Amino acid sequence: MIDLIDLALLFTYGCLGVSLLLTMLRLIAGPTLGDRVLALDTLSINAVALIVLIGIAGRTQLLFEAALIIAMLGFVSTVAYCRFALRGDIIE
Amino acid sequence: MTMDLIIEAIVALCIVIGGVFTLVGSIGLIKLNRPMPRLHAPTKASTLGVGAILIASMLLSFWRGEGSLHELLITGFLFVTAPISALFIAKVHLHRGEMAQDPPPPPMDDVWATLDTPPEDLEAGRPDQPSATPAE
Repeated sequence: MIDLIDLALLFTYGCLGVSLLLTMLRLIAGPTLGDRVLALDTLSINAVALIVLIGIAGRTQLLFEAALIIAMLGFVSTVAYCRFALRGDIIE
Repeated sequence: MTMDLIIEAIVALCIVIGGVFTLVGSIGLIKLNRPMPRLHAPTKASTLGVGAILIASMLLSFWRGEGSLHELLITGFLFVTAPISALFIAKVHLHRGEMAQDPPPPPMDDVWATLDTPPEDLEAGRPDQPSATPAE
């Protein structure tokens, strides 16, 4: 019998791979600075989704901390980039 | 056995919904044509996609009897921080003048707060005046 979850995992791996690729394109091409920061933010959120998916596939809880740390670092780096673009300085 | 199948179907549906929403967010990021509309697609759709995938992970771990609410941490964190980062990026667009049209004048102050450079910063020669930083 076909395992439904494995099938869904395969489909979603494909979706996430394509979306990471599109985000990467925007990161390289994006004409303005804000677009590049947004692409980096989206890239880290997609990476969190991918790590959680790998955790589901491996039936393990070990990858949870990695996902949490990448989510936090993604937010902090977005704020740091925006502060730098707004003020020319990160910590004043 | 039947219950197994139902839970598996729900988890698979959540995973597929998450993948589709993430893909839609990235397609919006690449397809929309101006910086400000481009902000909408990933900040909403990707957050929803990650939320659905985390719900699937939680359901599965509870069904296996080793359930934990760890994933709620990531969900809550993403749901709190996504609007904040979207606001910051919108402020960057506003500050660097990358919008399709100029914003309307603010109702109470002279200029929008993000464009308001204090005089001591002007004396220090900070390069953050919008006219001094042309859009790329």
